[in-house]
Amino acid sequence: MAEIHLKKLAHSYLANPQKPDDYALKEIDHVWEDGKAYALLGSSGCGKSTLLNIISGLLTPSQGQVLFDGKDVTHLPTEQRQIAQVFQFPVVYDTMTVYDNLAFPLRNRKQSEAVIKERVHEIAAMLELTPDLKKKAQGLTADAKQKISLGRGLVRQDVAAILFDEPLTVIDPHLKWMLRMQLKSLHQRLNRTMIYVTHDQTEALTFADQVVVMYDGYVVQIGTPQELFERPAHTFVGYFIGSPGMNVLPASLQGNTATLNGHSLKLATAYTPKSGEKIELGIRPEFTHLSREASANSLPVTIRRIEDIGRHKIARAEFQGKEINIIVPEDKPVTPEYNQLSFDLDKVHIYANDWLVKQEAA
Amino acid sequence: MNKTWNNKAWWMVLPVVLLVAFSAVIPLMTVVNYSVQDTFGNNQFFWAGLQWFEEIVNSERFHAALGRQFIFSAVILAIEIPLGILIAMNMPKKGWAVPVCLVLMSLPLLIPWNVVGTIWQIFGRVDIGLLGAAANKLGIDYNYTRDIGDAWFTVVIMDVWHWTSLVALLCYAGLQSIPEAYYQAARIDGASGWAVFRYIQLPKMRGVLLIAVLLRFMDSFMIYTEPFVVTGGGPGNATTFLSIDLVKMAIGQFDLGPAAAFSLVYFLIILLLSWVFYTVMTNLDKQGR
Repeated sequence: MAEIHLKKLAHSYLANPQKPDDYALKEIDHVWEDGKAYALLGSSGCGKSTLLNIISGLLTPSQGQVLFDGKDVTHLPTEQRQIAQVFQFPVVYDTMTVYDNLAFPLRNRKQSEAVIKERVHEIAAMLELTPDLKKKAQGLTADAKQKISLGRGLVRQDVAAILFDEPLTVIDPHLKWMLRMQLKSLHQRLNRTMIYVTHDQTEALTFADQVVVMYDGYVVQIGTPQELFERPAHTFVGYFIGSPGMNVLPASLQGNTATLNGHSLKLATAYTPKSGEKIELGIRPEFTHLSREASANSLPVTIRRIEDIGRHKIARAEFQGKEINIIVPEDKPVTPEYNQLSFDLDKVHIYANDWLVKQEAA
Repeated sequence: MNKTWNNKAWWMVLPVVLLVAFSAVIPLMTVVNYSVQDTFGNNQFFWAGLQWFEEIVNSERFHAALGRQFIFSAVILAIEIPLGILIAMNMPKKGWAVPVCLVLMSLPLLIPWNVVGTIWQIFGRVDIGLLGAAANKLGIDYNYTRDIGDAWFTVVIMDVWHWTSLVALLCYAGLQSIPEAYYQAARIDGASGWAVFRYIQLPKMRGVLLIAVLLRFMDSFMIYTEPFVVTGGGPGNATTFLSIDLVKMAIGQFDLGPAAAFSLVYFLIILLLSWVFYTVMTNLDKQGR
């Protein structure tokens, strides 16, 4: 059990990184609190696996430190860190039985057979692997193998954190759901720090207390699922979280008056842009409304398509060449004549160069 | 349901039947024919029954050659398999050194067998050979034409030089197919280098290793050209392996009947061993699953 502190950490796969683009992982300073469940969310190649491998010690960072409970482990090899990791593809030792697989990390650490037996049976029961203990690991299904990989991490009592690198990628959808539930309940029972890498927002939001969103090597936001939804710190977070993602519209801004292609909106917040800044407004589809009559704060749009997905309808509209998604409640009518779009103005966020601006009172 | 029978399709098989007949069945039958007959010349043959087979199976000469053959195959397997694995594990995994290594290692495999024999025949010569002359200059009494140990040493080293790359290349292919995650997981599990070898690399190489053992066993069991060129089976009969003995009997002494019986027994031994290997391999595969 430990708190993991990444101190001014950055990593580049190049020998001599010069510019920020050379870094696969841009500087980050973050504390992973003991016993919490985190998800590292981002699209492929954004640096999340790099970050994970640095924590587990498979990679040595180009700069910065990794502290476990204040102790510097940056240059400590993986086997000496108290870390378990579950990989995308299940790793089992083919020639061993399930029991031997689970016992392997303990045997390598010279534990007594009596202790090993007790631990292995305890973990096997937890993961529902007890009937398979005597079987060869090779013949099992992918989800059972992945449970073994996880089990090898859980048997060790000294583990500070368990890292998951997209562990459910090769699992069948319905088993995926069950394994995810099992993971969640395991976390609640064991109270170990878990860091879960994924590019699937549902997985991240259901599993984690805190979601760390990464984009292009940057950690763009760390927050609870609710915070990510309500106040995306970066346009990427807005776009990535939510279904459909946040609408991002280019605008010009003066105080609290935003101008979108000649249409003025009075916002609840104000910001004075510096010259050369790219200003955009972000508004989630949940906070947009369509009506037939124009009002002071409405924009004329063209409805392109309406999708009924059961719980609600999604209207795909166009405003001055830019696509806007609008969520329409199931009981509200929507036809192409509903072409006046208005926003919940207090839910509109201002982004300068893709980053959320500090709110100023209007 | 009524099927239309078109027996003309059998004509399509004819080329293969002819090919196999002329390349295997007819020559084999000729040998069978010789093995049960005797002759006093003038191309006149008479029935000898199983006499030649009894003679061969009971002959000390055959037993000695068979014994030498098994020892030779066992020795080269005991050297080439572990050495091949060791080399494969130390070969570079990426970069410019990989193609260089692969090409260098395949070179011995590309050399014709009698050329390999000639190379080592000259290499080991006491008067002009680099190995032979140098060893004697250094005070080591080395002479493969006179000393049984030296002759065996030369023949074994030659085979190791010629064929270890095959084992190494097969193992290298096996090692390269292991995903990086296995090594990472092993590090997290705190596995020692030996444990990584024993529980990850060796199991993943099992398939290619079985092929390597089978190939090397069969090839070494049938070896003829290289030792014949280097030692001619000598000194005495010390390096006379089965096929060398067979050729001596058939071409040297022109004992066609015993030689034919010899080849059939030789063939049956190889067939039996192949069957054993095949059965073991398939059973191991089943166990794995």
